[in-house]
Amino acid sequence: MKQLNYIKLEFPARSVNEGFARAAAAAFAAQMDPTLEELGDIKTAVSEAVTNAIVHAYPDAIGTVALRLRILEGNVLEITVRDKGRGIPDVKQAMEPLFSTGGEERSGMGFTIMDSFMDGLRVRSAVGKGTTVTMSKRISVKARI
Amino acid sequence: MKVLSSYREGRLTLFFKGELDHHEAASALRRITQTMDDYLPRDCVVDMSGLTFMDSSGIALILKICRLMAETGGRAWVENARNQPLKVIDASGIDRMVKITTGAE
Repeated sequence: MKQLNYIKLEFPARSVNEGFARAAAAAFAAQMDPTLEELGDIKTAVSEAVTNAIVHAYPDAIGTVALRLRILEGNVLEITVRDKGRGIPDVKQAMEPLFSTGGEERSGMGFTIMDSFMDGLRVRSAVGKGTTVTMSKRISVKARI
Repeated sequence: MKVLSSYREGRLTLFFKGELDHHEAASALRRITQTMDDYLPRDCVVDMSGLTFMDSSGIALILKICRLMAETGGRAWVENARNQPLKVIDASGIDRMVKITTGAE
């Protein structure tokens, strides 16, 4: 699909940046005229993916998280969250509801919620090299007055 | 995120205000645990009427509050969950384990 607009952001894997990442994603997506519910879905999915990278990717250091958003033909928003951390040994297991290695502050529902709130979810990971989460959502087209 | 509280006749009500994510959850849990230790409530209500955003970190926090209350023989539930936080709760399926009310009942 043809790309119409995009942004790329990089930030340190610090939890204080979770709020910034979802606010930036929402601000970019606003040009697609989403409903409040769609905007909430986007913020939620970005928050989950970015938090996963911050909690799991870099256990011993503050690495970098990259966030890219693309507006594609057909009013589709594509969101990519990438880290170059330790990777996920078993992606299928990690995507099972309630599976978590993140301690008591994590519910193990992150991937379940990303999958539920977005139209598409793809996770690619290599141990020692990092993880890329790509999500897509078709934004409804509203009638213009 | 702010956590305000009120206590009356054995019931502790926690008012969540603002945005609840992983960054906010750890400090919120510390404050909540301290408040529970102070009052030793029989019931604990999590009032979400002031919560504008929540991700799955909120699910973990709710479950933790329920576990803490259960350890002392108490009960916990959620009231006034609406909009985006309610959608996250619905997607997680925790309504099978925790009583959730939306305020519209």
